[in-house]
Formats: sequence, structure tokens, C-alpha cells
Amino acid sequence: MADPRRTALFETHQALGARCIDFGGWEMPVQYTGIVDEHCTVREACGLFDISHMGELMVGGARATEFLDSTLTNTASNLAVGDAQYSLMCNDRGGVLDDLYVYRIAREVYLLVVNASRITQDLAELQRLVAEFESTRTVNVVDESDNLSAVALQGPYVNRFVSQLFTMPGLIAVERPTALEKNQIDVFIFEGKEVYVSRTGYTGEDGFELIAPNDVITTLWERLMELGQEHGIKPAGLGARDTLRLEMGYPLYGHELNEEVTPLEAGLGYFVDMEKSFRGRGELGYQKNEGPTRRNMAFAMTAKSPPPREGYPVWIGEDKVGTVTSGTQSPSLKTGIGMAYINQPYAKPGAEIEIEIRERRFPAELRKKPLYQKS
Amino acid sequence: MSNIPDHLKYTTSHEWIRIEGDSAVIGITDHAQAELTDIVYVELPEVGRTLAAGEGCGVVESVKTASDLYAPIAGEITEINSALEDAPEQVNESPYEDGWFFKMKLTSDPDLAGMLDAAGYASQIGGS
Repeated sequence: MADPRRTALFETHQALGARCIDFGGWEMPVQYTGIVDEHCTVREACGLFDISHMGELMVGGARATEFLDSTLTNTASNLAVGDAQYSLMCNDRGGVLDDLYVYRIAREVYLLVVNASRITQDLAELQRLVAEFESTRTVNVVDESDNLSAVALQGPYVNRFVSQLFTMPGLIAVERPTALEKNQIDVFIFEGKEVYVSRTGYTGEDGFELIAPNDVITTLWERLMELGQEHGIKPAGLGARDTLRLEMGYPLYGHELNEEVTPLEAGLGYFVDMEKSFRGRGELGYQKNEGPTRRNMAFAMTAKSPPPREGYPVWIGEDKVGTVTSGTQSPSLKTGIGMAYINQPYAKPGAEIEIEIRERRFPAELRKKPLYQKS
Repeated sequence: MSNIPDHLKYTTSHEWIRIEGDSAVIGITDHAQAELTDIVYVELPEVGRTLAAGEGCGVVESVKTASDLYAPIAGEITEINSALEDAPEQVNESPYEDGWFFKMKLTSDPDLAGMLDAAGYASQIGGS
């Protein structure tokens, strides 16, 4: 296997004492002070994550909107310039090739933020689909991942200081980042470079994601750490990112999502527009009529137990009804939580289940997502 | 910097052993708890179980991962630290005192040859 890649912030992480792990071919910080500490900091103050491993694909051209509508499950044509949506790319069988965020940054220009482990496949697939879509090739797909870095600034206090990063209004619409609504994006100038700033995240907290050229990301990170200091900012790693997203019931590609499961099975039907034609629509329409045979559900342990982990079997009585796809000890709820594919007709919130852990069974309960809600 | 008390013996799998006559107290090292961080669950062997040296006998779980626990020496489990059931964080806070795992009655001729002293363990984990 090739050596893992490092982001432009790698030396910054080392100086901060980060412990790094391989994630999707990248050497990424899993934690700095500790997962629980970083998790609680994001819930109560603010945390800063390096998410430079994520991919950025630009899709532009006269028929870019039409192309994306025909390719992705959600409807790009519903977006105004400066708006964003969660979406999925499926194969012909309705299996999930990737889940992604689609940002409309100009009338016919979109920024797609995709999973690190899927960049190469996504790019090849989109370019192949463009060739099928039209012979004249007015739509272009360009991989900007190697030129761009990204950070996620997340937590209830981030709106107190994020706007101080920039001295000029956004190039698209808003005066300052805090004027963005959830799922909106604008472009701001930082150190003479264009930086995409969106009010999005993967934690369930208010927050922003900032995408910048590699050569200014270290300065941007350091500036955010300075501005956030009096508001309790801490760097946060992928460990906390995972516990935060799990408390919200957000899927992670390679765990809840893969080419063998559909968005409907994953519980992501809200992001699938069945009123339009798109790749995989046929199979999904069939599945929607029949009802999926399994569904991804959140669950929480209801007695003292080891933390649930991926791969553990799920039981109801003597029936094995599913498998855990992600699990952890929830720092906010202080109990084991997770997500699991549950066979129908058992996938109902409130159902009592058992998680098998090292040949013993521990009681748990299926729950509605999100598992954690701010009090 | 890890705390590595001089009066204990150590294993390459990061357990410490305190010999007290024909019995021993066992836990995991400060280095091990720092590597694991945020210990949320400890599964200990049953009292009365007889273990061979190196035998798997429990699990330590952090938020992120589960790690196996090994008997550093042969013997019979005589007592476990049941306080860890409700307070596993004691392993993080006090790995050599309140965070001990279990006590063993040693076989008549315990083999301590494979054990490390504090200096040996320090060099194994990259100095202290």
C-alpha cells in the first residue's frame, strides 16, 4: 500500500501533539487532547477540524444544472446561487456510490464536496456520465482536491468570531459569514485568496466549513485559533468527528453507505427526488413501492454494556435482525450508541433489541435520529 | 512523559505487576492508559479462574477501540477491582493505584524472567 498522504496542516497537527491514524489513505489527526474532551468542546464552545482530505470537484458548463439533476438523487435545479444541499450519487442498481454536498456557486458552476476515499471513483464516474450525457462536452468536471484544503469550525460559539477573518463582504451575496443561513455558501477574500465559506457541518452544532487554497490554510487555521482562543476553541480530530456525527445519526460512507445499499434503506429518502429522472431512479422507484427490506436505524444501549462496535449482530429474541454499522460510547449521553441495518418488519423506533458483544447480549432500543438533541 | 514507578515489573503488552509475597496485583501502565485515553469499559476475568502467562483475560475499551488484556503471569484470580465497573475512568486517573485490575495467587515458582524493570519498559516505549 502506498504511504498515506498528508494535508497541508500536518505539521500544525504535529506541533499540537496530535495522534494520527490512516483514514481513507490520509494520515489524519484522530485526537489531540482526547476524544471526549474535544467532543464536549464542540458541543459547548467550539472546535476546529482539518477536513482537507475531503475531495472538491467543480462541475461547470452551460448544462451543468441539467447534468447534475440527471446524475444525483437530489435536485440541483432547486438551488439558488449561494445555496447548498446534501445529495447522493447512485449506480444503476440504486446503490450508493458516494454521498456529497452540492454547492451552487454560480449560475452553472457547482462545487461538489465528496468523501476522501471516493474522489478517484467519483471523478471517473462523473466524466464517464458527462460523455454519455452529451457529445458536445459543454459540461466539465475538474478535480480541485489537490489544490484545496478545508477546515470545519463547529460549535455554539463560532458565530462570535468567524466573521473577523474577513474584511470584505462576500462575492456572492452576504456581508459576512454569520449572515449565511444554514446550507448557504459565499466566497470571501483571505490573504488575497478566495475562500469558500459555508454554514454546514457534520456535528449537529452551528458551524462553518471553510475551503481555501493549500498555501493559505495554515495561516487561516492559526488565525481561527487566535480569534477563538477567548471562546474556548480547541483543535478536534476525527475521533470526535465520529462521535459527534453518530449522536446525530449522520451516515459515514464505508459504514452506513456503500454500493450495496440504497439511499432508501439508509433512511435518506428525504434527499431523493423521485419526481425526476436520475441514475438509479428505476430501482429506487421499485424499492419505494415494495418497501425496503431493511433500514438503517439509530439505537442506544439501555443497560451498562461495552460500547457497541461495527459488525456486532443485532437480535430480537432468537432472530438475528441486523448488524451494527457504527458504534461508540456517546460522550453526551454517556451510554453506548450506534447505527445498524435492521431487517423489516423490525425497524421501528422504540423496538427493544439486543446487541451481541463477545458472545454476550446486551439490551438496547431502536431510536429516532438524532440520538442527541440540545436541551 | 509517562510515569513508570521503579518498584513495579512490566510486560511488553503494557501491564504492570506488583508482587506481594505469593500474590500479585496487576494493572495497565500510565503509558497504556494515555494511549487508549477515555477508558469507558473494563471487562475483567472471573474470580477463581486460573490463567496461564500471556492468556487473554479481559478487555479494556476506550471510546475508539477495544484492547485485549493479558495475564502477565500464571496464577489464579483472587480478587478483581469491581469499582472499575462503575468508574472505568479510574484507570485513566490513577493507573497504578485506584485503577488496578485484578489480584492473582501465583503458582509456586512464578517465572519473572520475561518481565521488564522500569528502565527496560521505558526504553521499550521510547524513553521517558
